[in-house]
Amino acid sequence: MGTNTDKPKKVYLDNMANTPPDPRVIDEMIPHLKNDFGNPLNIHSFGQQTQQAIEDSRQKVAEMVNAQPKEIIFTSCGTESNNFAVKGLARANQKRGNHLISSSIEHFSILYPLKELEKEGFDVTYLPVDKNGIIDPSSLKNAITDKTILVTLTHASNEIGTLEPINEIGMITREKGILFHVDGMQTAGTIPVDVKALNIDALSLAANLFYGPTGAAALYLKQGTRILPFLLGGTQEEGKRAGTNNISGIVGMGKAAELARLEMGERNKKLVAMRDRLIKELPRVIDDFFITGHPSNRLPGHVSGCVKFVEGESMSMFLDMEGVAVSTGSACVSKALKASHVLLAIGVSPEVVHGSLVFSFGKDNEEADVDYVLEKLPPIVERLRKLSPLKKDK
Amino acid sequence: MSPNYSEKVMEHFKNPRNVGEIDNPDGVGKVGNPQCGDIMEMQIKVKDNVIADVKFRTFGCAAAIATSSIATEMIKGKTIEEALKLTNKAVVEALEGLPPVKIHCSVLAEDAIKAAIDDYLRKSTGTGLQGWTPRSDVEEEEHGHQH
Repeated sequence: MGTNTDKPKKVYLDNMANTPPDPRVIDEMIPHLKNDFGNPLNIHSFGQQTQQAIEDSRQKVAEMVNAQPKEIIFTSCGTESNNFAVKGLARANQKRGNHLISSSIEHFSILYPLKELEKEGFDVTYLPVDKNGIIDPSSLKNAITDKTILVTLTHASNEIGTLEPINEIGMITREKGILFHVDGMQTAGTIPVDVKALNIDALSLAANLFYGPTGAAALYLKQGTRILPFLLGGTQEEGKRAGTNNISGIVGMGKAAELARLEMGERNKKLVAMRDRLIKELPRVIDDFFITGHPSNRLPGHVSGCVKFVEGESMSMFLDMEGVAVSTGSACVSKALKASHVLLAIGVSPEVVHGSLVFSFGKDNEEADVDYVLEKLPPIVERLRKLSPLKKDK
Repeated sequence: MSPNYSEKVMEHFKNPRNVGEIDNPDGVGKVGNPQCGDIMEMQIKVKDNVIADVKFRTFGCAAAIATSSIATEMIKGKTIEEALKLTNKAVVEALEGLPPVKIHCSVLAEDAIKAAIDDYLRKSTGTGLQGWTPRSDVEEEEHGHQH
């Protein structure tokens, strides 16, 4: 039998893509996969028991973002929440105007619905960002017209981790009476997000990014906000999102939200320490490496950067052979073979974008994982640079 | 994360053949575009119309590295005429297949060889390859790589 040292080391650093579900979350879900399966719309005891479980979860998710339970609409994934918010809010409010404001660093689940709306006759302004990836609230102020009905912005991009000035922007949109949707995929459940204090009208959140299951997500929608339903059919979610609820997923999301609210502070202390050490050490162990995104005002577990003269897929594949899972914004891994628009938006040149890497820590990572990356990455970079025809500028 | 690569691709990616540069090469071909991802450079040494030595350097993904590596093996020791017959399809077959999204890497490898031979012919005869333009350049203008 193998000893511990024979076991290949696995270091998962792709928590922006998916977090490992907490065992306590899974424990809560299992009864709903086995016995408690009643359709919550039905009045029999099976259904009523499930209905209660869903409402308990709604309460927990609401508490996490300081909303009312009735302001939480369960969906199937973050992408659905973003599509629902952007299309549903724009179309429901188009009598008031056809102008929308977003940014150049949004996720595709925001950008593609916006493209669809543009074809329908909506005008969209995409705000630029500075070199750290920050949206300037005054540029937002200048972009607002009397036709503006909705501002949709990310709270933090998964590619660069920079935290956006949602607080200042929320004050502007509330004062002007413009709807404000926030893509909170990387922040809700990770850092405190208070929809009331931040003047947010709609917030997308996904359980699989805070140690809950995949297939469970939500849209917070401020009470009284007009939106078009996303799925039509039954009366689930107050008729705004028909379809039999993902019972076990919702229960898991509720538990994950409760744990996030209670444990966030402790988790982030650890995450920030790992993040800051990797940010400090990577440029020291690798020449021609630079950090992307804001150096400190960023997601707690998020480290991103670019290695010059080498390509990201090659690096991440060699890292994967060492058991380290990371992601890259290289065109080579995108189906469209296009360099990351987020990195281009912060001014990284196209050839350097191909050498981008994102290391995202989660609550289960340890300081030793930082050491492991610092040990394994430099020889990989050296090996690939020997293969590279791109000369150094020096 | 990574596409489904064949064992052959992985083997060439991990142990690329003929890496580096040649002293006083007879022909150098550099193709690709940093904006789209991959850059391949191929250098050849020609003796009596035969490719006596070939080296490459590639900036790109595993498929780009593997296609350039196997392409060097496929033309080494071959005559110029034989080397010119190497198609991207033959490169893909030798690698036991490539994911569809990575086929453009094999086109780049074929182009790199032709570019190196074109350069060699220009230097030795004054005229390059007749009627040849790099296929990969055309594709990049169209911003599409899939075939």
